[in-house]
Amino acid sequence: MNDKAPAPAAPAAGGTRASAKKELPDHLKSYKHVWVLVELERGVVHPVSWELMGEGRKLADQLKVDLCGVVLGPPGGTEKAVADCFGYGADVCYVVEHEALSEYRNEPYTVVATELVNKFQPEILLLGATNLGRDLAGSVATTLLTGLTADCTELAVDADGSLAATRPTFGGSLLCTIYTLNYRPQMATMRPRVAAVPVYVPGRTGKIIRHEVSLPEEDIITKILAFLPDATSNKSNLSYADVVVAGGLGMQNGDNFQLVRNLASVLGAEWGGSRPLVQKGWITSDRQIGQTGKTIRPRLYISAGISGAIQHRVGVEGADLIVAINTDKNAPIFDFAHVGIIADATKVLPALTESFRRRLAAASTLSAAE
Amino acid sequence: MHIIVCIKQVPDSAQIRVHPVTNTIMRQGVPTIINPYDLFALEEALRLRDEHGGEVTCVTMGPPMADNALRKCLTYGADRAVLLTDRFFAGSDTLATSYALALLIKKVAENWGEPDLIFCGKQTIDGDTAQVGPGIAKRLKLLQLTYVAKIEEFDLEKREITIHRRAEGGIQVLKTKLPCLVTMLEGTNEMRRGTMGDALRAARSEIITWNAAAAGITELALCGLKGSPTIVKKVYAPSPRAEKAYQIEVEDKSVDQICEALIGEVTKRQPGLEKDLVKTSSDY
Ligand SMILES: Cc1cc2nc3c(=O)[nH]c(=O)nc-3n(C[C@H](O)[C@H](O)[C@H](O)COP(=O)(O)OP(=O)(O)OC[C@H]3O[C@@H](n4cnc5c(N)ncnc54)[C@H](O)[C@@H]3O)c2cc1C
Ligand SMILES: Nc1ncnc2c1ncn2[C@@H]1O[C@H](COP(=O)(O)O)[C@@H](O)[C@H]1O
Repeated sequence: MNDKAPAPAAPAAGGTRASAKKELPDHLKSYKHVWVLVELERGVVHPVSWELMGEGRKLADQLKVDLCGVVLGPPGGTEKAVADCFGYGADVCYVVEHEALSEYRNEPYTVVATELVNKFQPEILLLGATNLGRDLAGSVATTLLTGLTADCTELAVDADGSLAATRPTFGGSLLCTIYTLNYRPQMATMRPRVAAVPVYVPGRTGKIIRHEVSLPEEDIITKILAFLPDATSNKSNLSYADVVVAGGLGMQNGDNFQLVRNLASVLGAEWGGSRPLVQKGWITSDRQIGQTGKTIRPRLYISAGISGAIQHRVGVEGADLIVAINTDKNAPIFDFAHVGIIADATKVLPALTESFRRRLAAASTLSAAE
Repeated sequence: MHIIVCIKQVPDSAQIRVHPVTNTIMRQGVPTIINPYDLFALEEALRLRDEHGGEVTCVTMGPPMADNALRKCLTYGADRAVLLTDRFFAGSDTLATSYALALLIKKVAENWGEPDLIFCGKQTIDGDTAQVGPGIAKRLKLLQLTYVAKIEEFDLEKREITIHRRAEGGIQVLKTKLPCLVTMLEGTNEMRRGTMGDALRAARSEIITWNAAAAGITELALCGLKGSPTIVKKVYAPSPRAEKAYQIEVEDKSVDQICEALIGEVTKRQPGLEKDLVKTSSDY
C-alpha cells in the first residue's frame, strides 16, 4: 500500500493517476529553463554531468529554453568546469564559489542549491544518480516540496511540455514513466552511463551568472576530517571502459573465471560479471554489471556464460557492440546481443584470447614499422 | 540512548513475476522480506545499543501485514516496534512517505524519548530511490549522513559521531553532532542471529499499531496519493530488439576458425577499434 513513485501494483497506477491533469498553480508558471547540477569534486567533474548536459540539451531545445549548468566549488576552483559546461552545450552557467563548497557536504550544498532554485526558478533540475546526486536531490526536493524521480534511464518532454522521466522498477522487470505535473522544478536523477557524453565544442561560450552566498563555517555542523582515496590498483573502471569482458554462471566455477580476466588483459579491457558471481564470491561487488551493479557503455562488450536476464540487460544495452557466447541457443542474451556464438565459453575464451593476442601483436609490429 | 530504525517490508523481488498481458506485478504468493539494506541499519543500531545502553525502536509505514517484518526485528533484538498503517497512506511517493514517517518518528519520540540517532537503509529494493532517508532528515531538520560504510566513533557524552562515507573515488571521514540520520551501506556488518530470549519475547510482544489519527497525522492532504507530487503515468515492459543476434557459424568449425570469424565480425562492425586496442593493450 505504501509503494512509492513506481506503484504499478496499485490499479490506480493505470487508472486515476494516469488521468491526473496538469493544473500548474500561477506562482509556478514563471519557472523556466533546464538546469544540470554539475558534480565537481576535488577539481574533477563526474562524467555523468556531461551525459546530463547532452540529455538536457535535447529537452531545452524541445522546450525552446536555455540549458544551464550549475557549478558549485571553492574560490577560483570552477573555471575549467564552467568552460566545459559551455563546451558540452550549456547556454548559461550559474556559479557559486565559496570555501564551504570546496568538498561536498549536504548542508551547504542544500542551502545553495535551494537558494538558486528559489531565486532563478528553473522548470527542470537534473542531477546524476551518484552518491552525491542522490544525497543532495533528496534534501533539495524535500525542502522545495517538489517531485523527484530517482535513477532514471530516459528523459523526454511530452506534448504539453512536461518532463517524462522513465526508470526501471522492480529490479528492472518493468519500466515506468513518472511526471511531476503540478510542482516546480521537476527533478530527476539519472544513472551514469545510460546516455552518451555529447560532442565537445572547444571555444563555445555562454553567459555566466555569479551568485554570492553567506555560509559561515561555524554554522555548518558537519566537518570533513579527511578524505581517504581508494587505492587505484584494485579499483575497477567498468562504467567508463571502452571494452568489457564479463562472465556468468556459465563459467561454471571460480577458477574458470580466470579465462575472462585473461581475455580482458590481452584486450586491455575491464572485466566484470553477473550478480550470482558476487553472491558466490568469485568477484567483488564493484565488478557486478546490471541493474543493481554498474551500467556500462563500452564500444565492445563480450559476455561469456551469461543468460541475459533483464536485470543484466539494462546494464549493458548501451554498448555499441555486444558479443554473446552461450551454449543455449534460446538464452535471452541472444535477443539483444549483436553477434552470438552458440558454444562452450570455457573452450572459446582461451582460443579467443590467443587469437586476439596474435592479431594485436601483429598489428602492433605493423604500426611500429610505419 | 534511543535509536529509531526505519525498516520496510518489501516483496522478495527475486520471485516477482510480471503479468505478460497487463504488465502488472503479480504479488499473489510472492513472499515478503525485510528490505535487505535495512538489516545493515538495524544491526548497526543494535550494536551501538549493546555498547552504549538504551533502546532500539523499529518503525515502518505499510499495510497491516507489515507487522511480520517488525516482529522479525524483535527477534533480532529490537526493543520495540511500531507500525503506521492507514488507507490514507496508499500510493505515497517518497515525499509523502517521508512526511508520514517524520510525524511517526515525532510521535515515537513523545512516547519513548527523543532519538539520538535515526537509521535507514541505503535504499529499498522495490522503491529503489534512496530518497526517503534524506527526506525524513530534512523534514525533521536533522543532519544526514548517507552511504555510511563505518561508524568510526560514537561519543554519547560529547554528542558527536564520526563516520566513513562512501564518495566518488574514496571515503569521506565526517564528524557531526547528534541527533542525526544515518543511512547504512550494504555489506558493512553481518546481522546477528538473535537470542532465544529475543525470539520468545518477539512471539509474545504486541506490535504497536497506529493509524493516522493515533500517530497525530491530521493533514491528510499531505499523505498518500494526494500528498505525492509525482505521478506514475505509464508502466510497461522493456521492448525487445527487432532482430536477434547474428550467429557465427559453428557447425564443423574448429574453435580457432570460430574465433577468427568472430574477430572478423568485430572489426567489421567496429572499425578503428583494433587500432585503439593495439594502443591500450600495449600500455600494459
Ligand atoms: C532485484 C534484482 C536485481 C538484480 N540485479 C542484477 C544485476 O545487477 N546484474 C545481474 O547480472 N543480475 C542481476 N540480477 C539477477 C538476474 O536476475 C539473473 O539471475 C542473473 O543475471 C543470472 O546470472 P547468469 O546469467 O550468470 O546465470 P544464469 O542465468 O544461470 O545463466 C547462465 C548461462 O550460462 C549458459 N552456460 C552454461 N554453461 C555454459 C558454457 N559452458 N558456455 C557458455 N554458456 C554456458 C547457460 O546457457 C545460461 O544461459 C538481479 C535480480 C534481481 C531480482
Ligand atoms: N514505508 C517505509 N517505512 C519505513 N521506512 C521506510 C519506508 N520506505 C522507505 N523507508 C526507509 O528509507 C530507506 C530508503 O528507501 P527508498 O527511498 O525507498 O530507497 C529504506 O532503506 C528504509 O530505511
